Amino acid sequence: MRQAIGALTNRLARAGGAIGKGLAGLALGAGLLMAGAALAQTPMVGAPQPWGMGLQPAGGPIKEAIHHFNALVFWIIVAITIFVALLLAWVIWRYRAQANPNPSQTSHNTLLEVAWTVVPVLILLVIAIPSFRLIYYEDRAVDADFTINVQGRQWYWHYAYPDHGGFTFDSYPVQEGELAQGQIRNLSVDNPLVIPVGANVRILTTGQDVIHSFFVPALGVQKYTIPGRTLETWIRADRPGVFYGQCNQICGTNHWFMPIEVRAVPREEFNAWAEQAKTRFAQGLPPGPPASALAQQPAESATLLAEARR
Amino acid sequence: MDTAAHTHGHHDHHDHKPGFVQRWLFSTNHKDIGTLYIGFALFAAIIGIGISLLMRLELAHPGMQIFANGQMWNAYVSAHGLIMVFFVIMPALIGGFGNWFVPIMIGAPDMAFPRLNNISFWLMVPAFMLMTAALFVGEGPGGGWTIYPPLTDNTYHPSMALDLGLFALHLAGASSILGAANFITTIFNMRAPGMTLHKMPLFVWAMLVTAFLLLLAVPVLAGAITMLITDRNFGTAFFDPAGGGDPVLFQHLFWFFGHPEVYIMILPAFGIVSHIVSTFSRKPVFGYLGMAYAMVAIGFVGFVVWAHHMFTSGIDVDTRAYFMAATMVIAVPTGIKIFSWIATMWGGSLRFETPMLFAIGFIFLFTVGGVTGVVLANAGITQILHNTYYVVAHFHYVLSLGAVFGIYAGIYYWIGKMSGRQYPERLGQIHFWLTFVGVNLTFFPMHFLGNQGMPRRYPDYPDAFAGWNLIASVGSYISVASFLFFFYVLYVTFTKGAKAAANPWGEGATTLEWQVSSPPPFHTFDELPRVR
Repeated sequence: MRQAIGALTNRLARAGGAIGKGLAGLALGAGLLMAGAALAQTPMVGAPQPWGMGLQPAGGPIKEAIHHFNALVFWIIVAITIFVALLLAWVIWRYRAQANPNPSQTSHNTLLEVAWTVVPVLILLVIAIPSFRLIYYEDRAVDADFTINVQGRQWYWHYAYPDHGGFTFDSYPVQEGELAQGQIRNLSVDNPLVIPVGANVRILTTGQDVIHSFFVPALGVQKYTIPGRTLETWIRADRPGVFYGQCNQICGTNHWFMPIEVRAVPREEFNAWAEQAKTRFAQGLPPGPPASALAQQPAESATLLAEARR
Repeated sequence: MDTAAHTHGHHDHHDHKPGFVQRWLFSTNHKDIGTLYIGFALFAAIIGIGISLLMRLELAHPGMQIFANGQMWNAYVSAHGLIMVFFVIMPALIGGFGNWFVPIMIGAPDMAFPRLNNISFWLMVPAFMLMTAALFVGEGPGGGWTIYPPLTDNTYHPSMALDLGLFALHLAGASSILGAANFITTIFNMRAPGMTLHKMPLFVWAMLVTAFLLLLAVPVLAGAITMLITDRNFGTAFFDPAGGGDPVLFQHLFWFFGHPEVYIMILPAFGIVSHIVSTFSRKPVFGYLGMAYAMVAIGFVGFVVWAHHMFTSGIDVDTRAYFMAATMVIAVPTGIKIFSWIATMWGGSLRFETPMLFAIGFIFLFTVGGVTGVVLANAGITQILHNTYYVVAHFHYVLSLGAVFGIYAGIYYWIGKMSGRQYPERLGQIHFWLTFVGVNLTFFPMHFLGNQGMPRRYPDYPDAFAGWNLIASVGSYISVASFLFFFYVLYVTFTKGAKAAANPWGEGATTLEWQVSSPPPFHTFDELPRVR
C-alpha cells in the first residue's frame, strides 16, 4: 500500500508538473516530484499515462539530467511565447484603426534592431552551455559495468549479454488476446530486457534488416539500430522498475508492434536471472519470468493504471 | 514605391486572350500558369488532406479501425507527407503566388523563360499521377516521406510502388529546378528601371532566396533517389552495407536536401506575411533590410544544419555538438523577422480583414513552432523526442499552421487581384476562426503525446495515448470542415463576389500589383514602369 501511495504521488507530481496550469500548481508539482523521489525504492513503472502531458518519469540519471535541462528550456520557451503573445495583443489593441487612425511611418530603430538580435543570442548561450554538457554526458558510459547488444529485427528485439556467458534471446510483443493480468497492450513483451539497478550498462546497437530505433523514454535512451553499423549508448536505472519503450523508426508493416520492456532488478536478482538465462536460453526453453520479486509487480502497476483511468 | 505605370489604353490589343487550349494547355503567361499552379495545389490538397482525415479517423481510438494493416498505413502516411510538401505547399506558394506576383512586383512583362515555365507546371501533373498511382500498386510506398533505405530497397519494398514514388519525386524535382532557374533569371535581369535589389518587395526577396535553395538542394535529392533507384533496380549497393554501402549516407543526402526544403516551404510565406502586415498596418515594413537579409541568413545557415535530423543515427558526439549549435543560430534571424513584423504593426493603424487575421495567426503560431524547434535543436532532449509526436507537432506548427496560413493569407490578400472579384469578408473571417480552432486542437495535444513518448507513424498505440489522440482527431474534423468551408468561400467569391478595385486595400498597399487593374490585363505592362 505504501508503495502504491508512493507511485500515485509520483504520478500526481508528474501530472502537476506537466499541465502548466499556473506557477503555483507547477511549484507544487515539483515539490511532490521530490517527495516521490525520496521513496526511491518503490518499483516504478516507466510507461505513458492517460492524459499525460509531460515527460515520462525518470528511471535513472540520464533521464534526470534531461529533465533538469528540459525544465530550463521549457520555461524559456514559455516565457518567449508569452512575451510574443503579449506584444501581439498589445499592438492589436492599442493600434487598431479606431484607436490610432493616423499611422506613424517609422521603419527603423537601430537600437531596437540590435537588441532583438543580441538578446536572442544571449538566451541561446544560456541554453547551449548546459545543452553541450548534457550530450557529452549522454554519449557513452564512462565506467561501463557490462555490455548488452541490442538488435532490432522485423518485428522483434534480439538481445545479447556478451559479458554474462554470451547468451542471447528474442523479445516479442505479447499479442492482444494473450495479455496476462497486468500486462499492457502494445507495450508488454514475452522476454524483457533485464538490467541490475545501479549498473552502468553499455548498449551496442546493430541492425540486421532495416533501421529500427531502440527507444525507452523513462531511461532517456534512444539509438537507431542500423545494418552495417554498431552504435554505442548507455543506460542506468537507479531504482527497480519496469520501463517500456517502442520501436521509433519506421520499419515496415509491424512498426507499431515491436515494444521494448526493460526491467531493473536488484543486483542479486539480476545475477540469479543471468545464471538461469544462460541455461534456459541455451536449451531454447520458453522464457520464464525471471525475477521473483517482480512477479507480482506488473499486476500492481496495472491496478495503478486502472485507477488512473478511472 | 510609386510608379508611372500606364497600363490602360490599347485594350483591344494587349488584353487579347488566346483560345482555351492555347491559353491553358500551352500557356506561357505567368499569370495563367500561376492560376494553374494554385488550382493544382488545391486539387492535390483535397487528396492530401483527405488522407490526413483517414489517418485521424484511424488514430481516433486505439486498435486498428480502417486500415487493413501497418503497411497500408505506412503507405498513406508517406503519401500524405509527400503530397502536402511537393504537391500542395510548394506549387501553391512558389508556382502559384511566385509566378503570379514576382513579375508584376518587379515590373517585368513576364517570366524570363515562359516556355520553361509551362513545362515546369506540366511536369507536376504526371508527377502527381505517379505519386497517387503508387498507393494502388503492390505494397505501396511505405517508407515514410524520408524514404530511408534499407526499408525502401527492393528487399523490403519489392513492388513498383516505390519506383513510381521516386520517379514522381524526380519529375517534381525537375519542375522545381527549372522553376528556380526561371525565378533567379527573372529577378536578376528583368527588374524595371529603378527597381534595385534593395527596393525589391520582400516577397520577391523571399522568392529569390527560395529559388537559390531549390537550385542547390533539389539536385542533391535527385542524386540520392537516383542512387536508390539503381540500388533497387540495377544491383548497385550505395546504401546496402552488404555491398559496402551505407544507409546513413542516404540520410545525409536526404537531409542536405530536406532541411533547406523546410525553408523553401516557409520563406515565401514569410514574404506574403510581410506584405500583408504592412498593408493592413498602413505602415512600411519595419527594418526592411534586416528582413531581407534575415531571409538570406536563414537560407545560408539552412544548408549547414541538416544532421540535426539524425541525432540518433550514431553521428559522433562532436558532430552533434556542431549541428546543435548551428541549428540554434537559425533562431536569431527568425526572431528578427517575428519582432520586425510586430514592430511594423507598432504605431500602425490596424485593420483586421481576413488576410491580416491569417498573417497575425501565422506570426503567433510560427512562434510556437519556432520555440519547439529550439527545444528539438538540443540533441540532449531530442534523444527522447526524436521521431515522437513532439516532432510531428513541431513541424505541423511551422508548416500546417505556418506555410498553410501563409497560403490562405495570400489567397485572401490577392484573390481580388487574381480573379477580379473580392471574397466575402464575413465568410473569410468565419473561415479563419474555424481553421484556427481546428488546427490548434489537432496539433497542440501532439506535444503532450510526444512528451509521453508516442512514436510517429503508428496506426495503433498503447491505450494510455487514447485521450489526446481523440482530441487531435476531433480537431482534425474541424480542420477538414474549415477546408470544405473554404471551397464554399471560393464559390461565393467567384459567383457573387463584388468587383475588385485595382487597389481594394487602400494606401497601405504599395507594391506594383496594386497599380494595375484587377484582374491585370493579359499582358501586364505594355511599357516598363519606372520605380522611383
